[in-house]
Amino acid sequence: MNKKILFYSVILLFGLIAPFLFPAFKLQMSILWILIVLSLTWDVQGGQMGYNTFGNILFFGLGMYLCSSIHIGIFFPLSEWTASGGEKTFLHTPKQFFQGFFIGLILSGLIPAIVAALIGYGILGLRGHYFAICTLGLGIAAGEIAGGIELIGAGQGMTSPPWPKGIGDTELRSEFFYFLSFILMIFTFLFLRWAYTKRFGLVLNAIRDNEDKAEAMGIYTMRYKITGWVVSAFFVGIAGGLMGNMIGYIEPVETAFAGRTFGVFMVLMAILGGKGTLWGPVIGAAAFHIFKEGFWTFFLGWQYVALGALIVIVVVFFPEGIMGWLREKYPEKFGEVIDEDDRKAQVELK
Amino acid sequence: MDLLIFEAPILMVQATLDGILLGILFALIAYGMALQWGVMNIINIAQGELVILGGYIAYFMYLYGIHPAYGVIISPIIMYFIGWGLYKTIIYRVVDRDLFISILATFGISILTQQLMNFIFGSDVVVAQSNFGTTFLFNYMVTLPNSKIFAAGVSIIFAIFVIIYMKKSKLGRAIRATAQNARAAKILGVDTEKVYAATFGINAALCGVAGSLIAITFTLHPYVGLPYTVRSFMIVIIAGLGNLPGVAISGMGLGVFEEFADYILGTEFRVGAVFLLLVLILVYRRFKLSRKREYLK
Repeated sequence: MNKKILFYSVILLFGLIAPFLFPAFKLQMSILWILIVLSLTWDVQGGQMGYNTFGNILFFGLGMYLCSSIHIGIFFPLSEWTASGGEKTFLHTPKQFFQGFFIGLILSGLIPAIVAALIGYGILGLRGHYFAICTLGLGIAAGEIAGGIELIGAGQGMTSPPWPKGIGDTELRSEFFYFLSFILMIFTFLFLRWAYTKRFGLVLNAIRDNEDKAEAMGIYTMRYKITGWVVSAFFVGIAGGLMGNMIGYIEPVETAFAGRTFGVFMVLMAILGGKGTLWGPVIGAAAFHIFKEGFWTFFLGWQYVALGALIVIVVVFFPEGIMGWLREKYPEKFGEVIDEDDRKAQVELK
Repeated sequence: MDLLIFEAPILMVQATLDGILLGILFALIAYGMALQWGVMNIINIAQGELVILGGYIAYFMYLYGIHPAYGVIISPIIMYFIGWGLYKTIIYRVVDRDLFISILATFGISILTQQLMNFIFGSDVVVAQSNFGTTFLFNYMVTLPNSKIFAAGVSIIFAIFVIIYMKKSKLGRAIRATAQNARAAKILGVDTEKVYAATFGINAALCGVAGSLIAITFTLHPYVGLPYTVRSFMIVIIAGLGNLPGVAISGMGLGVFEEFADYILGTEFRVGAVFLLLVLILVYRRFKLSRKREYLK
């Protein structure tokens, strides 16, 4: 127990002092925290529940657009803001900025959660690959439709509000977003860690293992499936809202409903780390982020080739991920008791 | 929103004819998908990329001075070997595994192919001019490019050819036997590995035909593959596996739907409408089945 507390506090300490130790990597580390949130929440469906979704990117983009639209919309006319493109004709005062931002951030969590609850009843009734393809279609449809709406800048996208003048420089801005994403990550992790120990986590695993049997046992599986999706949508929405403000620019297909980047990343990270485990998505996200940054920097232009190859390799050869590999190697650490005689007998049989 | 189509009903004729001709092409791609889905139980997300790749072969013939219409002969031959190679390197590892693994693996192939095509062929929108001229109907009110009629005709010929091949030839019989029961076919001496490779190759070849027809009639771009995948998936699930007339009809229906969506909602929502239709169809079927306490799986 003491070891665990030590471990968590080391991570917490690292997260708190890291932006001051490595100021050049602040943005990268904020993106890492966001990626961890994405892969953790994907794992609620993909790993724990066995519903492989490609559609969580829908909530990411929704949160991104909502946060910035509300942020701008409650003080200025939104259509004029997007029509003026990159030129800032309006400027938030610091007070307006923070008020608008936090209202936007909260709503960018709540509205995707409501959307998930509404569409969940229809879509979570599908199973297997129908569910996967349906959610894939949902994410892409959202991107295409967002690219046609004039109010939010259509295909050109919109800029999120710039940091207000008079309260510090860009350093303070990146620290602000760094700590917000760090807090979001910690909160998501702790929430899921708590939820998995409850009945909720057990039911999700039961659904993954055999949904028909779970239903026959008298569990309202649909209720739990929708709850799981709502939880994912809430955190992913907030992550999207943060991300939109952090990079300062929202484009319908490339950043918001980015099926080709974040939409695939979250699946890949969870599988890379080992789906269905608590720590797997975290480890997978960290490993993937390092890999991605390396490739994006040194092999610019080839990054999607590398990404495609990585997906094929991970999925075909290592579908169990890093955690699965560790579990195979050190089963004692995972609380699995091995009967030595039984193991020997099996080896002899082979 | 532009409701010109209701003010000038002749546009409905135009949209319907365009849609049917387009839909026949979709049906050809969907036929390839149904074949390989039925035989190998794999959903190939890279289907659209195979189509675009086949289109680029025709486009390259056009660049080197050969008429792109010959692409419908050359492209399937090349694509057959590409499909065969793809099976031998990657697909055979995922055939009898969880369906999601095959979806994700082909998704990876799709991303990889997109980017490679972007490197090799450039990211411009290209079109291979066929110079087939245009047919006018109803006193010049409806225009139909001859290339579209040509495309639809060639698709029908190829589809009929493949159907007859499946019925009559030895390989066709082996493929159908494997689709019915792979294990029993294996026991009776069918080399299922070979059958799978051939099926994937035939699928790729059909994609090659469709792609080279798309190169003449529409435009090519490295990143437009996914809509073709989704369309063919949608056609297959509407028609059901192994229902060939259904594939043809639902393909045409989808084509007509798209053309009308184009006129009514505007071109910018066209692809969005296709993807949304997929979601709606799946959800509709889910509710219909749930009355019988069944589900799509």
